[in-house]
Amino acid sequence: MFKKITDTLFFLNTEGQDHYRVLRRNIIVIMLLITMLPLVTMVVINSFQYRSHLRNQIIEPLYAMADKTKHSFELFLDQRLAIIRFISTTYNFKDLTSEQNIKKILISLKKECCGFVDIGLINGQGELISYAGPYSLLGKNYSEQISFQETQIKGQYISNVFLGFRKYPHIVIAVQHLTEDGQTWILRATIDTDFFNTLISSMGFSRQTDAFLISKDGTLQTNSLYYGKTLEKCPLELAKITSRSNAFEGIDNKNRKIIIASSTFSIADYILVIVQPQSVALKSWYALKTEMAIIFLTSLALIVFAILKMTSVLIKRIKTSDEHRENVLTELQHAQKLSSIGRLAAGVAHEINNPLAIINEKAGLMGDLIEFSKDFDKKAKFINLTNAILNSIDRCRKITHRLLGFSKRIDVKIEPIHINQIIHEVLDFIEKDILYRKIDIKLILSDSLIPIESDHGQIQQIFLNLLTNASAALEDFGQIEIETKNINNDSISVRISDNGCGIPEDIIENIFDPFFSTKKEKGTGLGLSISYGILKKLGGKISVDSKPGKGATFIVMLPQKPDELEVLNG
Amino acid sequence: MDKIKVLLIDDEIEFVETLAERLELRGYISKIAGDGESGISMLAKESFDVAILDLMMPGLSGLDTLRQIKDIDKTVPVIMLTGHGATKDGMEGMRLGAFDFLMKPLDINELLEKIKLALNPSAQG
Repeated sequence: MFKKITDTLFFLNTEGQDHYRVLRRNIIVIMLLITMLPLVTMVVINSFQYRSHLRNQIIEPLYAMADKTKHSFELFLDQRLAIIRFISTTYNFKDLTSEQNIKKILISLKKECCGFVDIGLINGQGELISYAGPYSLLGKNYSEQISFQETQIKGQYISNVFLGFRKYPHIVIAVQHLTEDGQTWILRATIDTDFFNTLISSMGFSRQTDAFLISKDGTLQTNSLYYGKTLEKCPLELAKITSRSNAFEGIDNKNRKIIIASSTFSIADYILVIVQPQSVALKSWYALKTEMAIIFLTSLALIVFAILKMTSVLIKRIKTSDEHRENVLTELQHAQKLSSIGRLAAGVAHEINNPLAIINEKAGLMGDLIEFSKDFDKKAKFINLTNAILNSIDRCRKITHRLLGFSKRIDVKIEPIHINQIIHEVLDFIEKDILYRKIDIKLILSDSLIPIESDHGQIQQIFLNLLTNASAALEDFGQIEIETKNINNDSISVRISDNGCGIPEDIIENIFDPFFSTKKEKGTGLGLSISYGILKKLGGKISVDSKPGKGATFIVMLPQKPDELEVLNG
Repeated sequence: MDKIKVLLIDDEIEFVETLAERLELRGYISKIAGDGESGISMLAKESFDVAILDLMMPGLSGLDTLRQIKDIDKTVPVIMLTGHGATKDGMEGMRLGAFDFLMKPLDINELLEKIKLALNPSAQG
């Protein structure tokens, strides 16, 4: 199964360039998947974990803070209730009806605890019968008001913030007193709500943190930073806040993500709410998120760049090595073919040579006999005939010698060679063509050429290639110039120039590449590449200089002795 | 002047017999040996002015025959014949003391020239 997948991915049955394109695409896709998958997974998991961790770190303390603040409020309200209850038990109804007394009490209250605005005594029928404070409320009847009814039932009461008669936000706390003779009366005090705001600000919340009180029906009891002033309706979803007495995340009326912590009062109908925008609460998280995004995107870019670059290099290498392998294979096949032909040629030449020698002697003897006999009718004719046989044998001999000579170039065999002699041998081989096309061969061979060691057969082949190319480039009556000379007494150079059509500039770079041929069907494109390969093996060099229409010059350089390692590895 | 005695050593009998006849027509005395061993024994029995030796022979090779001939008689000039295009064996033969070598098929005039030179080394060059 796995093999099938990899086969499909990497060895699609596509041909040529398409194959490399598909391979490249597949490698890129797989590498991207392999590298990106863990990275993305890690980033996502990390991000979620960190976020939830951070949220707990922020939400929990916020809830604790809400609870603590609520306790401060409750403590404050409790204290006020205790004071009023203390007064109601310390003084009797009669004492309190005295205007002087009640004024004295208010003065002491204002002196000892902050927040008290006024104090009043209400009888069982809800009528204010004694009052100390800045307003003239005496005689007002409270029997219809919730504060009065609630106090009658529960014994004590803390009101929501309201404007009441005095059009000023305040709360009322009231305590009911039951006398031994069954009478009830209520001591009622008004407290300034400015104190609430003071209490909240004293809790030391950060500037963007909103803390406020709301009543259970959603009316703001204190000023809110984001949601309005005291007694305005709080736009937050109340059901959500009252249903859970803890902290949670939500969205407010302005579509802002917020964290809400709330705590419900037990002694009054208040809920303390702390609201923190997430942008503030999760500030460090957002910073981290940005950093993470930057790192992630940078790594992404780096990975993509690296993968693309690496894949390109890889594909290029594969391509080169494929090409190289193909070339080597072709050259090998070619060499094997040559080797077989060579062996065959050698066998044929050798086998033919012996009968040829016999024919030669027999014909020679016939000639001798005719020549030495004095009376022979057709002496002249027979001598001509035997001479013709002998001439033909001579031609055959040249052919077999050549075949034997050329069959020996297959394996590298380093021996002392004479370049001038080899040039003559090669010229003998192409003599016919040269004569037929009336090509002028100009030899400038150095007499003092240093003897070098190299492979006779291989060098023969190189010159045969070069001279065949040169003659192919020539029109009839063209000229080939061959010059040999010493270079620095440790190597020699052979220059072969023709005045033929030359090599176009755009292909001159490719002429030593295997399979490059301008002869179309006629050539294999291996000639110059083989020459190049052989010379490299023998420690030599070949260079070319040509201008279109001005002929071509090839210069072969051969060292006095090739490097043995090169030959072995070549 | 006595007739020149030539020993021809070659396994190719057709070739060597014909060559012997042609040499006799030209006034040489030629004897034939069909392999290296018989050539050596003939050379041991009688003296020859010149020996013509094929290098490619079955059994005792041309070069080995040459070595033994040189052991018996250092002075007899040996002209080697080779069917090879290569000159390697010829060179080796020269090193062992052969006078010269010729390629098969032979040019009779070339052979006569070499024999003449072999018998009269001072005329060389």
